[in-house]
Amino acid sequence: MFLLLVRRDLALIARSPALWMPVMFFVLVAALFPFAIGPDARLLARIAPGILWVAALLAALLPVETLVAPDLEDGTLDQLAARGLAMEMVVAARILAHWLGFAVPLLAALPIAAVLLGLEAAAFWRLAAALALGTPALAALAVIAAALTAGLRGGGALAGLIILPLALPILIFGVGADAPGALRLLAAASLGALAMAPFAAAAALRQD
Amino acid sequence: MTRRRGVASVPRVSPEPLIISDLACRRGDRLLFEAVSARVEPGGALHLVGPNGSGKSSPLRILAGLLAPAGGTITGGGARGFLGHDVALKPRQRLGAELAHWARLDSGLARLPAAMAAMNVAALADVPCRHLSSGQRRRAGLARVLASGAELWLLDEPTAGLDTASAALLAAAMAAHRATGGMVVAAVHGDIGLADPERLALG
Repeated sequence: MFLLLVRRDLALIARSPALWMPVMFFVLVAALFPFAIGPDARLLARIAPGILWVAALLAALLPVETLVAPDLEDGTLDQLAARGLAMEMVVAARILAHWLGFAVPLLAALPIAAVLLGLEAAAFWRLAAALALGTPALAALAVIAAALTAGLRGGGALAGLIILPLALPILIFGVGADAPGALRLLAAASLGALAMAPFAAAAALRQD
Repeated sequence: MTRRRGVASVPRVSPEPLIISDLACRRGDRLLFEAVSARVEPGGALHLVGPNGSGKSSPLRILAGLLAPAGGTITGGGARGFLGHDVALKPRQRLGAELAHWARLDSGLARLPAAMAAMNVAALADVPCRHLSSGQRRRAGLARVLASGAELWLLDEPTAGLDTASAALLAAAMAAHRATGGMVVAAVHGDIGLADPERLALG
């Protein structure tokens, strides 16, 4: 059942015109910074993890308006609930599908972004590991915010305001991945967000 | 209660009768209805009538488990198949793929071709849902209910946007469903071709 839902969500993402938006946004941000900062390679390499983390966070937010709201409006959630499916499972499937849809292409594009910012090999692998650990939490937070703002006009902007403070621990441990233990703390924060997200988002979607 | 118990052409375990007792519904501060009771036997049908805004959709949503009642209890009825105002068809997906997805969730892929034929949407299987007319979307939603294999059909304005021929298809499908012990609860203005339904007036 869970796999059916994930497969369905992925099929919808694959047909969506916004499929490549998050990863293109990510690469474009990486391409813009050298122009904005100037050709100081050492400075760029030093701030590259921070830039890429913020870009990843914003990329996770890009599709937030299409994550839950259409399903609420067109009756899909009603159909799922009428079948007795737990909203928590529906949301968990959505989180997994969103992660596969935005984070996997983003990780695939990471080498390009790293080259654009002059990141060295050791720092690149640290950043890749940190992003792999942290992006599931970003996907979970995006789905929570999408569920909270579904049905509101201009919900996307509000979703951003909801996510950004919640994403701070992920950002801090992710950027500081070279500090001892930071990756573990990042994994812990990520697991915490993942464990909480299905219940939080499902509670937001349940009608009175 | 008068019930027409048809001869089961398809053997099926008869579900428990649907018993609604003392149901109350509140939306915001407004009490839509209270002390509503009804009983639908297998093979029976319940017709919810009432003026616009009297809350005809709410009992359907309560029966489907989408809304918590303010009071009262609901027992029996078996699995629910729900058709609401919104048909839940994704615009970019082809109709056949959409219905197949829901049929897979209902473990009813084998029932789908017959259901699509019964609602005359089999020829539309390759059409993207955004190109469907509202009547076609309605028929597709009904085909999903047919394919679900649910004992209790909950239909909100099922004939809205349907032409006469399609309404006749719906009437035939409901009759066949009831003949095998299925139940139908519908909120509609006027007649939708249900044979001797129980009537429940709201508002």
